[in-house]
Amino acid sequence: MDLMMPDSGLLFWMTIIFAIVFFILAKFGFPIITSMVEKRNKRIADSLEAARIAEEALSGLKQEQEKILAQTRTEQARILKEAADERDIMISKAQEEARAEARKILDDARRQIKDEKDAALKEIRNEMADMSLAIAEKVLRKELSTDEEQRKYADRLVDEL
Amino acid sequence: MKWMSLICSMMLFLSGGMVTHASEEAPSHQTEDEGQVDVAELVFGHIGDSYGWHITTWKGKHVTIPLPCIVHSSTGWHCFMSSELEHGGVYEGLFLAENGKIMEIMPDGSIRRPFDISITKNVASLIFSAILLVVIILSTARWYRKHDAVKEGSPKGFRGLMEMLVMMVTDDLIKPSIGEKNYRKYTPYLLTVFFFIFLSNLLGIVPFFPGGANVTGNIAVTMVLALFTFFMVNLFANKHYWKEILWPDAPIFLKFPLPIMQIIEIFGMFSKPFSLMVRLFANILAGHAMILGLVAVIFVTAKMGPVISGSMTAITMVFGVFMDCLELLVAFIQAYVFTMLSSVFIGMSRPEEDHA
Repeated sequence: MDLMMPDSGLLFWMTIIFAIVFFILAKFGFPIITSMVEKRNKRIADSLEAARIAEEALSGLKQEQEKILAQTRTEQARILKEAADERDIMISKAQEEARAEARKILDDARRQIKDEKDAALKEIRNEMADMSLAIAEKVLRKELSTDEEQRKYADRLVDEL
Repeated sequence: MKWMSLICSMMLFLSGGMVTHASEEAPSHQTEDEGQVDVAELVFGHIGDSYGWHITTWKGKHVTIPLPCIVHSSTGWHCFMSSELEHGGVYEGLFLAENGKIMEIMPDGSIRRPFDISITKNVASLIFSAILLVVIILSTARWYRKHDAVKEGSPKGFRGLMEMLVMMVTDDLIKPSIGEKNYRKYTPYLLTVFFFIFLSNLLGIVPFFPGGANVTGNIAVTMVLALFTFFMVNLFANKHYWKEILWPDAPIFLKFPLPIMQIIEIFGMFSKPFSLMVRLFANILAGHAMILGLVAVIFVTAKMGPVISGSMTAITMVFGVFMDCLELLVAFIQAYVFTMLSSVFIGMSRPEEDHA
């Protein structure tokens, strides 16, 4: 039964020792450890949360990026198509213009040729008239070398009038 | 990993040492009792308290560390070393009685028990484990002071083990039992209790000098621990707790005119710490008694011839190692259970938070 009876001296010392140990550890020991570990755990949790948010943002960004990419692609296709159309129009216009220009040049050439031809014909005609006059003059001069003949001729001309 | 293997090998060494220690111990009893082994004295001498710290007996001579005795007798305070009382010595009217306590002879010849606050073996062991505990925890806390745990992560080696234990007790025991809201206030106390009991239990298993005392298997020690828990529960309890005790939700005839419920509740108030006290005390005491009893078998059978003695020694060794491993487990479990029940009782003293 001796074991079941708490000894007063031991009770006394145990109370004092435990109180001192409790005081020291509660003041300088455990709160430092637990608070630091809690801080660290909080930081880890925060970091995980931040990572999750960043990941979410990243996936959002990726979607955004894909959207923009798709948009760009359609835009590109549109621009390309427009450019092709423009080009076609420009080419056809240029062709038309070229054709018109060519026609104009041809027309001018043709007209010039015609003018030249007319001028040449006229000149030839004039030349021929001059030549015939000269010939006629020369013929007349030879035929009407005598006075009599001149008179006869003048008479004939009067008769003819 | 290096630390773990070191600790494991230490444990093995210690459990082996238990047997060695006892084999050095027993011949002293053998010579004293003329070849008879007094098992009861061997066992109870070890689990009881004493004024000197008997380490071993070497060639028939006791090697004992004398410890200071502090006694208040009818002639005032006396302070002397326990070696003064050895071999029936009398110091200023004080002597060591049959039951192992210091007694005073009064002038009229009657014998009286003086007020005795000697530093006995258990007190010395308590001081040792207290200092060891403070050193361990403060050195761990120092790491956190010097390092930025937020940036550097957890400490390595022994301090990492301590952090693991501290956080295990905090997160697995204290937080769920008391509740997220105000467990913080009680954490230092409960952690102190846990590590105090755990370290004392482990030191109790160590068979040679600084350990080996039966500290947590002493009812005075567990009584103080239980009283601390009692005060922690009742001093900081809220009004719901007191209402539950003084005016519980029960039919009125159970409360008035005969306060049956109140009596039961108040009885429960005291039975809770009482159960804490007895549980720890009985578990550790039983463990010590079992190991010592097993070791005593070697010396009891020593006279029965080489065959019986040898085979019994082998069996006892196997059982002894088994018991020591079991005691390691018990050392942890009892510290765990004491802390867990303390936090459960504290949690019960603040009921509103649980319902909120």
